[in-house]
Amino acid sequence: MSYFKDIYKGIKTLLTGMSITGKYFLNARKGALTQEYPDNRDTLKMFDRFRGEVIMPHDENNEHRCTGCQKCEIACPNGSIEIIWDRQIDPETGKKKKMIDQHIYHLGMCTMCSLCIQACPTDAIKWGQNFENSVYDRSYLTKVLNKSGSKVKAGVED
Amino acid sequence: MTKDKITNDSFKTQEYFVNMGPQHPATHGVLRLILTIDGEIIKNIEPDLGYIHRSIEKMCERDSYQQIVHLTDRMDYLSSHINNHAVCLTVEKSLELEVTDRVKVIRTIIDELTRIASHTLWWGVMGMDVGALTTYFLAFRDREMINDIFEETCGARLTMNYNIPGGLMNDIHPNFIKRVKEFLVHFRKKLPEYDSLLTNNVIFQKRTKGVGILSYKDAISYGVSGPVARGSGYSSDVRKIHSYAAYDKVNFDEVLFTEGDTLSRYKVRIAEMWESMKIIEQLIDNIPEGDISVPTKAVIKLPKGEFYQKVETARGELGVYINSTGTKNPYRMKFRSPGLSNLNALNQMVVGGKIGDLVATMASLDIVVPDIDR
Repeated sequence: MSYFKDIYKGIKTLLTGMSITGKYFLNARKGALTQEYPDNRDTLKMFDRFRGEVIMPHDENNEHRCTGCQKCEIACPNGSIEIIWDRQIDPETGKKKKMIDQHIYHLGMCTMCSLCIQACPTDAIKWGQNFENSVYDRSYLTKVLNKSGSKVKAGVED
Repeated sequence: MTKDKITNDSFKTQEYFVNMGPQHPATHGVLRLILTIDGEIIKNIEPDLGYIHRSIEKMCERDSYQQIVHLTDRMDYLSSHINNHAVCLTVEKSLELEVTDRVKVIRTIIDELTRIASHTLWWGVMGMDVGALTTYFLAFRDREMINDIFEETCGARLTMNYNIPGGLMNDIHPNFIKRVKEFLVHFRKKLPEYDSLLTNNVIFQKRTKGVGILSYKDAISYGVSGPVARGSGYSSDVRKIHSYAAYDKVNFDEVLFTEGDTLSRYKVRIAEMWESMKIIEQLIDNIPEGDISVPTKAVIKLPKGEFYQKVETARGELGVYINSTGTKNPYRMKFRSPGLSNLNALNQMVVGGKIGDLVATMASLDIVVPDIDR
């Protein structure tokens, strides 16, 4: 008797499971979260806080906000940020002032922990939304964040 | 030579060794099990670790206390928020720093969301291990919603690094509360489907009922924690016993099943998802106003001494031990990971059983290898 009971129970639970699977099979696109990625590149928008890569925004006069205080370099847990700085003469005051020569960012080493951006006192660096970072050689992943010929925005002090 | 002698010799059985892993899909990562088996019956199991050792504890001795937090994301990557929370709690405890109520509540909500996300992934993988592929897709659909919530608020989907000593990195996103409520409505409808699809299935029940039994006594002596211990009837919920964050303000039950087999460990996790939803529902509507972080010094120096704090991750009890000599780095940092103790008890559960049962039992332990092998 219990043998037949088992068969009945087995078939019943299998059908219950199959009905759920069948329901999703028939409503395949309803409520689906799948994004067809390479096709939706034009409309794909990442969240504002998405951590893609560290960028340094420049304004139209090719000026950034980095004073070369090196706080991001100290905050970085694995040495992804290297700052090469120099003392240059400030054209306005005529005094020698610390200025960045190159803000080097090793994207290949970065763990996206966001500590550098928290540490920056002048909001010079922030997260960029780009996530398509695959390159053919890892040397391309070492980036210089400040553009050539750029300088510090006047009035930005740490 | 008589005929009898030939028959006896040729059917004599002997024990032999089989390597399961390090690249076996059912071991959930790079875990190698050396099985001693006789036919299909398991005689002994020896886990071989070290394939994903990254010396996180040693790296912690190099880093400052803010930098340590992001390393713990990489231990138990499915409950990374809870790991971050544990380190931050230990540092705050040693500095005698009291975080605001807002931080406590947000941390609790996010911890519980992490627990649901971890358990849904486990459910999908558990189904897949016993041969039901559909579960994986259904679980990932629900997990995707939580990942989106995390991505919007924290900026990342897996290694969030959202907690800092003293509070949170940034405030919750304006959409956070709306999205969490949407998720709760969605998940309350979908969680019963988990039961009708897998839990009540006869094939699944035959694979798991009475398989891999861990008795109450063994559960205590092996030091297992989390759903594995509660599946054996051993009450070990750190959230209840040594309450932290906002867990003392909410009502929830500690789920206990006494059978100690694979099915009861499975049922504990399913019931825990209901409890987690209950906790989030109590907190989501009344997140208190306040600061999101208490200002700390740029270089945190802990006082001299030893500090320990434990939390309940999705897998069990995670303990963080800091030995400080008063400098900006810890002298010694030790993590008591739940996975290692749970894996130790595997031998007790499966010896005498079949190889097929081993896969089901291991799935019920919810092993995350980077957590075992830091």
